[in-house]
Amino acid sequence: MLLFLEQVLNGLQLGVTLFLMSAGLTLVFGIMNLINLAHGSFYMIGAYVGATVTARSGSFLLGVLAALPAAGLVGMVVEILVLRRLYDREHLDQVLATFGLILFFNELTRILWGRQPLFMDVPDLLSGTVDIIPGAPYPAYRLAVICVGIAVAAFLYVLITRSRIGMQIRAGASNREMAGALGVNIRLLYTLVFGLGALLAGLAGVMAGPILAVEAGMGESILILTFVVIVVGGIGSVRGALVGALLIGMVDTLGRAFLPGVLRLVLPASEADGVGASLAAMSIYIFMAAVLAWRPRGLFPAHG
Amino acid sequence: MRSHMMTAALAALLASGPVLGADPVKIGMVTTLSTKAGYLGEDIRDGMLLAIQQGDGTLGGVPVELIVEDDGRDPEKGRQIAERFIQRDGVKLMTGIVFSNVAMAVVPKVVRDDVIYLSPNAGPSALAGKGCSENYFNVAWQNDNLHEVTGQYVTDSGFGKVYMLAPNYPAGKDALAGFKRYYKGEVAGEVYTKLGQSDYAAELAALRASKPDAVFFFLPGGMGINFIKQYSQAGLGGQIPLFGPAFSFDERLLKAVGDSAVGVINGSQWNWDLDNSANAQFVEAFRAQYQRTPTLYASQGYDTARLIGSALAATGGDVTDLAALRAALRKADFESVRGSFRFGPNQHPVQDLYVREVVALEGGLTTNKTKAKVFSDHGDAYAADCKM
Repeated sequence: MLLFLEQVLNGLQLGVTLFLMSAGLTLVFGIMNLINLAHGSFYMIGAYVGATVTARSGSFLLGVLAALPAAGLVGMVVEILVLRRLYDREHLDQVLATFGLILFFNELTRILWGRQPLFMDVPDLLSGTVDIIPGAPYPAYRLAVICVGIAVAAFLYVLITRSRIGMQIRAGASNREMAGALGVNIRLLYTLVFGLGALLAGLAGVMAGPILAVEAGMGESILILTFVVIVVGGIGSVRGALVGALLIGMVDTLGRAFLPGVLRLVLPASEADGVGASLAAMSIYIFMAAVLAWRPRGLFPAHG
Repeated sequence: MRSHMMTAALAALLASGPVLGADPVKIGMVTTLSTKAGYLGEDIRDGMLLAIQQGDGTLGGVPVELIVEDDGRDPEKGRQIAERFIQRDGVKLMTGIVFSNVAMAVVPKVVRDDVIYLSPNAGPSALAGKGCSENYFNVAWQNDNLHEVTGQYVTDSGFGKVYMLAPNYPAGKDALAGFKRYYKGEVAGEVYTKLGQSDYAAELAALRASKPDAVFFFLPGGMGINFIKQYSQAGLGGQIPLFGPAFSFDERLLKAVGDSAVGVINGSQWNWDLDNSANAQFVEAFRAQYQRTPTLYASQGYDTARLIGSALAATGGDVTDLAALRAALRKADFESVRGSFRFGPNQHPVQDLYVREVVALEGGLTTNKTKAKVFSDHGDAYAADCKM
């Protein structure tokens, strides 16, 4: 039982990181109708800038504060220079161009920072463990990540449902042309939304820095999960992204944790380990297929 | 796409070398310079270039030209590059491949085409046993070796309940099989993770719950960095000792891991502090040239280049008489930076194997220190299957 609760916390933490990534991606996908494979690059930029500033200044907080605007600015520049030309093109063109951006950013980080992964440590304040469940010490830093994720979710909720810009975003998601006709500056809105999405990806990246290896190409592994999340949640819906991210985080974590053990009840141990590992790796895709069979447009489709 | 072309032979041609007027011997290097793992190929290449530079553009007094191309960790691309080396450049000596899957796509083909291949890193079992070839020399290790030495050390140290972790792909399964060949205690858990997995929270929670007295893991590259950092953050560092092969603890990865790795014991055939004169001058020269401590990959590249040098010196730079060249290579008549080194019957290394411990240095840095020699003159488990 203890182990199960600990795994649920782990699932929550993975889900929260995925939410930060997918919130931005789903907005871009839903409002701009743009497939952006380079979203993982903003995650990587956040991690690299955060790691560098943290190493130079010795302060994790400064690292975070530098990483957010860096990722956001790069996102806006990319939107203005590259993506604006792609809005009216087919999805295939968008996939090709943004895939090119992935290669560009990966190589750029190798040129700027070298091939060697960067080091980023947990800030001293959060380096310990907390006995949130008695008997199962949990890393304080991961708890902090969960808290930040919840705070961001609350902030996005207020921004989207209560603010003027949120109203415009929702209008844009429902009907782009009509929102433009009613006088919303769609171009500016796109740039801002894209910048916000990139900033959130950068936040996810800098927070992942102390847990993961900060290396060129780190964005791609999380990007695939992120796409699964927004498809499950419903493209364009931030609420869907939140629910989808938590579900995917849980399914992935609990699958890895318990599938081999469950299989051992029916299979010999050595086979169960191999089959269990393979099944666990597939579990989120099976889950996605099940959700889509039940609700083909995802759990919370944004467009009516 | 030719990313690098090193014509190091010029100076040597101007001076009167032993082979007057001859073209330099071309050595084709298929290696991984891009992708996350690009630093592995970079270090192997830099080790080779250092040996060539120390010979003023020659190896064993024979002018050489090292042609380097990047395979991007893609077996198909590696095969195409090898093909080009043979067709276009008439290469007779090849080396450089970092990964076993690329090696399996390239090596069996090139050795059939009468090209000698010297492996500076990958040592898949398929090429050590039934698939061995007299044109294939492994100058690094058979893949299982570094796991075997760790298994022996864990047994010798009296650990009896080990939790094991490796990625779910052939090399991961081989790693745990190699470890278990010499580890005699109980298995607390045997877990295969997704290749390229970055978050290990679920595995760490299960690991803690199974209460092992030691952990063995094989997670090359970035996966290893992630695992060690998270292991330490979960409060397990310093509580349950961690063991692994050297691949997660080379000097460049250690910089990315920080103190979390301190105390980890890892199996290796080489370390920068091994006490022999060839090694001392190598480490000093490498540091002077590249401003970093060499990794085991660099040492393997350097040894491969010097082995080629010894053979070229013996044949006077003649690479057309393959039988003579093979005989010269088989003698391994060079001073290895590992100390003892010779080839077994399957032309894989017979060498001493060590465990190293990660220790803290001043200024928050860490490095490997040789802890114990575990095996002397250790070969591999597949040599008996090799019929040459």
